[in-house]
Amino acid sequence: MDVAVIAKEIKRDDLLQMYYYLRLTRALEDRITALYRQGRIVGGVYTSHGMEAIAVGYASALERDDVIAPFHRDMGVFLIRGFTTGEILAQYLGKRTGPTKGKDGNVHMGDLKRGVFGFVSHLADNLPVAAGAALAFKIRGESRVVFAGTGDGGSSRGDFHEAMNFAAVRKLPVVFFCNNNQYAYSTPLHLQMAIPNVVDRAKAYGMPGEIVDGNDVAAVYLAAKRAIVRARAGEGPTFLEFKTMRMHGHSEHDPAKYVPRELLEEWKKKDPILKAEQLLKQLSYGDEPYFQEVTERVKGEVEAGLEFAEQSPLPEGPEVLEGVFAESAGSY
Amino acid sequence: MATETTQKQQEFSYIEAISQALDEEMARDERVFLMGEDIGMYGGAFKITEGFLQKYGEWRVLDTPLAESGIVGAAIGAAMMGLRPVVEMQFADFISCAFDQITEVAAKNHYRWGAAVPMVIRAPFGGGIHGGPFHSECPEGWFFHSPGLKLVAPSTPYDAKGLLKAAIRDPNPVIYFEHKFLYRRIKSLLPQEDFIVPIGKADVKRVGNDISVITYGAMVHLALEAAQTLTNEGIDLEVVDLRTLIPLDKETIYSSVRKTSKAILLHEDNKTGGIGAEIAARLAEDCFDCLDGPVVRIAPPDTPVPFSTPLEEFFLPKTGDIITAARKLAAY
Repeated sequence: MDVAVIAKEIKRDDLLQMYYYLRLTRALEDRITALYRQGRIVGGVYTSHGMEAIAVGYASALERDDVIAPFHRDMGVFLIRGFTTGEILAQYLGKRTGPTKGKDGNVHMGDLKRGVFGFVSHLADNLPVAAGAALAFKIRGESRVVFAGTGDGGSSRGDFHEAMNFAAVRKLPVVFFCNNNQYAYSTPLHLQMAIPNVVDRAKAYGMPGEIVDGNDVAAVYLAAKRAIVRARAGEGPTFLEFKTMRMHGHSEHDPAKYVPRELLEEWKKKDPILKAEQLLKQLSYGDEPYFQEVTERVKGEVEAGLEFAEQSPLPEGPEVLEGVFAESAGSY
Repeated sequence: MATETTQKQQEFSYIEAISQALDEEMARDERVFLMGEDIGMYGGAFKITEGFLQKYGEWRVLDTPLAESGIVGAAIGAAMMGLRPVVEMQFADFISCAFDQITEVAAKNHYRWGAAVPMVIRAPFGGGIHGGPFHSECPEGWFFHSPGLKLVAPSTPYDAKGLLKAAIRDPNPVIYFEHKFLYRRIKSLLPQEDFIVPIGKADVKRVGNDISVITYGAMVHLALEAAQTLTNEGIDLEVVDLRTLIPLDKETIYSSVRKTSKAILLHEDNKTGGIGAEIAARLAEDCFDCLDGPVVRIAPPDTPVPFSTPLEEFFLPKTGDIITAARKLAAY
């Protein structure tokens, strides 16, 4: 991206804030991966390693009363929406103090009060749900938007189609995105679709689409802003395809031997944190000592979070029976 | 009943009761809105929402694309944002397209991450109308097995109106099974004042001493007919109308069976794995010591609902089946 454009379009503080969230995401997920390898976290662990810029970029472009239906590799969303490292680690450790109180694990967390929908493993399931939230905003005449995404694999599902079509027909204030990280578990793109770009589908729904460098936090932020402005103005949905690469396995148990080494080597050079640091240096917003300071700071936040999570109680068995039905409804 | 009250009451059909409930709830609460296929301009396949578009406008009577999963998903999103969507499945059969959204998203959201989903899905179900395999199904068994949903199935205009109002006011996802055969075939008095029929309460439609017939939907009327015939033979049937399938009113079921010591479970959904199977198991577990005869199930065979008249007549339970079963059971 043109540095001059970025300097003009994005405030210095916002960029530095995004850098901080990139670093915090990386540190938190690296810690989670280590805990998984030590057997202290059980079950699935799906990281955004090498893709942190997507969640950090788009979540930073939204207003606080907008709603997000994140992809399962969007840890940055939770951090930006105020989930503490302690809460998140409690979630991964199955503790009662996690957002789901142990009812669900890992990134399957959400909170209506913070405008983040709980992820559903059935990919693309939250896209119609996101369209419905946007419908509520439209019905009530509010200028709020919804940001909702899935992956390249999820774009094959019917719910992807049904959501995009409905949102376009009713010009709903929703932005759909695809985290195209080139592999759905082990399935490469050419076995997932017969088109070169997921965004090619956008025109079939009558909505504009854009291909964005998903490893460039500034590019993600600016593309998200454009789509958000459009949605807020009542012009309807936009589809954003964030091109990136999944640098870890599907879950941390998966060595991903099906991914060619050279491909990973190539993408390693495009690491979003590396890119962000280059940008900050070019803009003279940050230098090596500053990056070091942020890296140390987030490490401390992660360790403090882990201490909280480890000291938190596990749920008691009979708590399984709680919460099947709601006693009252909420809203956001 | 006081004469004064009777004068205020008027007879309405089952289908009118449903329309009234929707109209009154929409007038009472501006958060309530309708979505579905052909419900606006056309007034719905069964004309339940005729005139609603003119009265409430296109954003509260929303004609949707033909996409059941997308519609239900959107309703979930709107519900979480504080609206009260009522989705019309054109036929209950088509609910299978939305199965995933209902069972994985609507049913689990509150349990997983505390997000209540106050929505209603109206599902016109049941046979006897020459609908064939795709317009006659009783799909309640699929959802009976999914924790987090409430299921209701009224048999009279009074219950139809009162249960729909209760469903709309409930903070949980409710599937409202309305029986198409009953739409224009039965009428009853409806009070002018606002009323609800509480979810979770069965109703003894006929008090009797010898055998409990436990049923719901259109089958309630068959049971009442059979009871009439059997009076002459000195067999006194008690007819328990479940009205709500989840949460099941075990108290009313058990107290009836403890009194009569004999039970017939009657439903229009096919036999294997149906609601009758569950109640039979519950009776075996909890009321074994009060049973004086085998628990009997009357239900269609395990086939799709056939089209041709003799086939459908053979398929559906008949008054004669209940009479035969009751005579046998009375001999114990």
